[in-house]
Amino acid sequence: MNSQTSTSSPNIGKIRTLDIEILRYDPDKDQQPYFQTYQVPCQEEWVILDAINYIKDNLDRTLSYRWSCHMAVCGSCGMMVNGEPLLSCHAFVRDMPDKVKIEPLENFPIARDLIVEMDGFMDKLSSVKPYINAAEDRTIEDGTYKQSPEELKDFQQYTQCINCMLCYSACPQVALNESFVGPAALALAHRYNLDNRDIGRSAREDVVASNDGIWECSFVGACSEVCPKHVDPAAAIQQTKIAATTDYFKRFLMPWKSNNKHTKSKDDNSRQSSTKGGNDETGKR
Amino acid sequence: MLNVIQSDVVIIGAGGAGLRAAIEIASENKDLEIALLSKVYPMRSHTVAAEGGAAGVAKDEDSLDNHFNDTVSGGDWLCDQDAVEYFVEQAPKELTQMEHWGCPWSRTEEGNVAVRPFGGMKVERTWYAADKTGFHMLHTLFQTSLKYPSIKRYDEYYSTELITHNGQCCGVTALDMRTGQIRFFRAKSVIIATGGAGRVFPFTTNGAIKTGDGMAMAFRAGVPLKDMEFIQYHPTGLPGTGILITEGSRGEGGILVNKNDYRYLQDYNLGPADPWPRKKAMELGPRDRLSQAFWHEQKKGNTIETPFGDAVHLDLRHLGEQKINERLPMVRELAMSYMSVDPVHQPIPVRPVVHYTMGGIDTDINAGTSLGGLYAAGECACVSINGANRLGSNSLTELLVFGRQAGRNAAEFASQENASFDEKMLLEKAQAAADKVMNLFQHKGNETIPNIRNEMNQIMEDGAGIYRSEKSLELAVQKMSELKIRFADIELSDKSNVYNTDLIQALELGSMIDVARAMAVSALNRRESRGSHQRTDFEERNDKDFLRHTLATYAGDDNPSIDYKNVVITKSQPAERVYGGESK
Repeated sequence: MNSQTSTSSPNIGKIRTLDIEILRYDPDKDQQPYFQTYQVPCQEEWVILDAINYIKDNLDRTLSYRWSCHMAVCGSCGMMVNGEPLLSCHAFVRDMPDKVKIEPLENFPIARDLIVEMDGFMDKLSSVKPYINAAEDRTIEDGTYKQSPEELKDFQQYTQCINCMLCYSACPQVALNESFVGPAALALAHRYNLDNRDIGRSAREDVVASNDGIWECSFVGACSEVCPKHVDPAAAIQQTKIAATTDYFKRFLMPWKSNNKHTKSKDDNSRQSSTKGGNDETGKR
Repeated sequence: MLNVIQSDVVIIGAGGAGLRAAIEIASENKDLEIALLSKVYPMRSHTVAAEGGAAGVAKDEDSLDNHFNDTVSGGDWLCDQDAVEYFVEQAPKELTQMEHWGCPWSRTEEGNVAVRPFGGMKVERTWYAADKTGFHMLHTLFQTSLKYPSIKRYDEYYSTELITHNGQCCGVTALDMRTGQIRFFRAKSVIIATGGAGRVFPFTTNGAIKTGDGMAMAFRAGVPLKDMEFIQYHPTGLPGTGILITEGSRGEGGILVNKNDYRYLQDYNLGPADPWPRKKAMELGPRDRLSQAFWHEQKKGNTIETPFGDAVHLDLRHLGEQKINERLPMVRELAMSYMSVDPVHQPIPVRPVVHYTMGGIDTDINAGTSLGGLYAAGECACVSINGANRLGSNSLTELLVFGRQAGRNAAEFASQENASFDEKMLLEKAQAAADKVMNLFQHKGNETIPNIRNEMNQIMEDGAGIYRSEKSLELAVQKMSELKIRFADIELSDKSNVYNTDLIQALELGSMIDVARAMAVSALNRRESRGSHQRTDFEERNDKDFLRHTLATYAGDDNPSIDYKNVVITKSQPAERVYGGESK
């Protein structure tokens, strides 16, 4: 995997010329994508994004790609670097061979050059209702909720997703079924399900536990391996499967339980029932 | 014919301020249609990069007055005090609202929201989510916005020009980057929330998208830019990349030392060095003072040479691995990845880096501008709570407080607006705006974007950096005005309609040139030193002549014209800024 924690001492100032082969495609004029190679004099401490910016500024103004923060937090600059989905601002020249092949993220339609279409991904994110479905009508005057550091820890890692889509690119199930809700969106649903301020799990379940949801995951775990923020979507999906299965069987054993619209996977006794966020779909699975 | 999209309120920019405005409108005025335009997907907005936290009174021993006083003295008395009063009062409410929306604030053992100290702060009041506060706030706002179907997003639309008539803003033209098509977004009111303009300078914490587009749009439409000479250098950026190392690292106890391992800040009226940590002293002094101290240390030859320029050391080692991992995980990761330094074992080389534009679109306490129906909030606006130097962690709160304010007032304006406009004429104006982009697209010329951009960066660094003078600024003003003429002679290489980033960069460069000129001319005319604006030829603050806001008004190819307006003072008379041992 990439060298996210590499501390090898850099050969600062050393220049190495890389052959950078980039997939090009402009739907305005190209029948099909093709590769174009650029010789880029790279400083050893650069990231691949610096090399691409060098091309844009000095060699070819027509190259199109997304980027902004250059510090691995905005999530714009994901691409395939020598076949591996990486943030190009976090792919270090010091770790690269002399030839580097750069392609747009896999499993997405190419819009132009290294820019992929994100519509499907954005729809999937919003489909899991990724927002607090509140347990109570809390006003500003009521102040903040109590949440212990342990309760925060329950969901904290799943808040770290930067929506860079590397996991969709790595996921074999996304490749087979483009409707698969996918790792980032399912992990985000899990993040809210685990939050002690939220009671929206049942409202999310018709997407999360649908045929295109968690059950599509074959637990290869590629999503977790490529995540630049150490989110573990594979674990989120497995945990959700267990919770959904429990719900499914509870329905036969204790039908009255499945009518509780706000059942959480965790102990939920402290919560009063709420008038908000009910979902009539609950329990139909 | 130009495609027209009708809505009630158009919001330009989908970062923290734009999203907060959108949520306010959608939750309080369910029948208003909102068009939310952004040149990037919302979660790419630069709010994402803010690290340390958001200020709002939280502790019993703190008070709104403390927050007010810290902010006003931190801003060297150039803040409008009515706006600051409103701001500090709303701050805890907005941060509580964020908590209800799911923001994963760091917690105390008792389960309350935790706060940490920041520079220039008497009592700790910075709410934080580890050291990724902006990231968590942006994603919380974005995800919450998905609840509201009346927020219609237009992602990757680059707004080009406000369409106005008789002193009223009637919409904006925007380029759909995916197709190259320009559309006219006709609306009753418009909110600009496009963020700062750090990319005018070569060495900045700001992402590539921070090109001052909204500031330039309002400026060209006749709205003055206020206090543009005030540009904040953050004292701790990584050399080379300019990546931000949060002030929170000093809030947690980190120290700054020079090449002799000496805590040099004690030589700049910020000491004594111990006991440490303590508020409003040493490393927890305000950003302007710390960045200026670096400049003097460099002159004295006390800084550390690195391949990427001189630096000092930010030492976190005494905090220990556990605390660093818990409170400053991103700082550790950034230092390791981009500097090959593990702060658990080694000090981090840092240097001042352009971080924030205190100035911006001239707005009043209602987030309104001189154009009817036009509002602005966040870094692109100058309301002004930041004065001559922003206190760390006030800006994340500002985008909530004034984002909401802009949303509320733009909604009210749109609900009451019933003036009838000659729609055909508005469409013609929009068509003319679209034609300008087309002309740029087709223009034959001899200049290239990277050349002009690099020259602009160098001119501004040389002429309008941490310390300025009449001579350096005159040169910058003159060269920028030449650059504006040369910019008209650029030729694009990319002729495609689809994601033409050559064209987008040209439009962004046009914005930056106009904004840079406002900065340089405003700085030239402020012949005093105040906050982040330090003149080697006028070293003292001069309240008699300059306790006033600069207003720069666009004048096409000519230099912007300069005017002034009074600072609003309610309860704090200008005094000396005191930090270190004598501060209270």
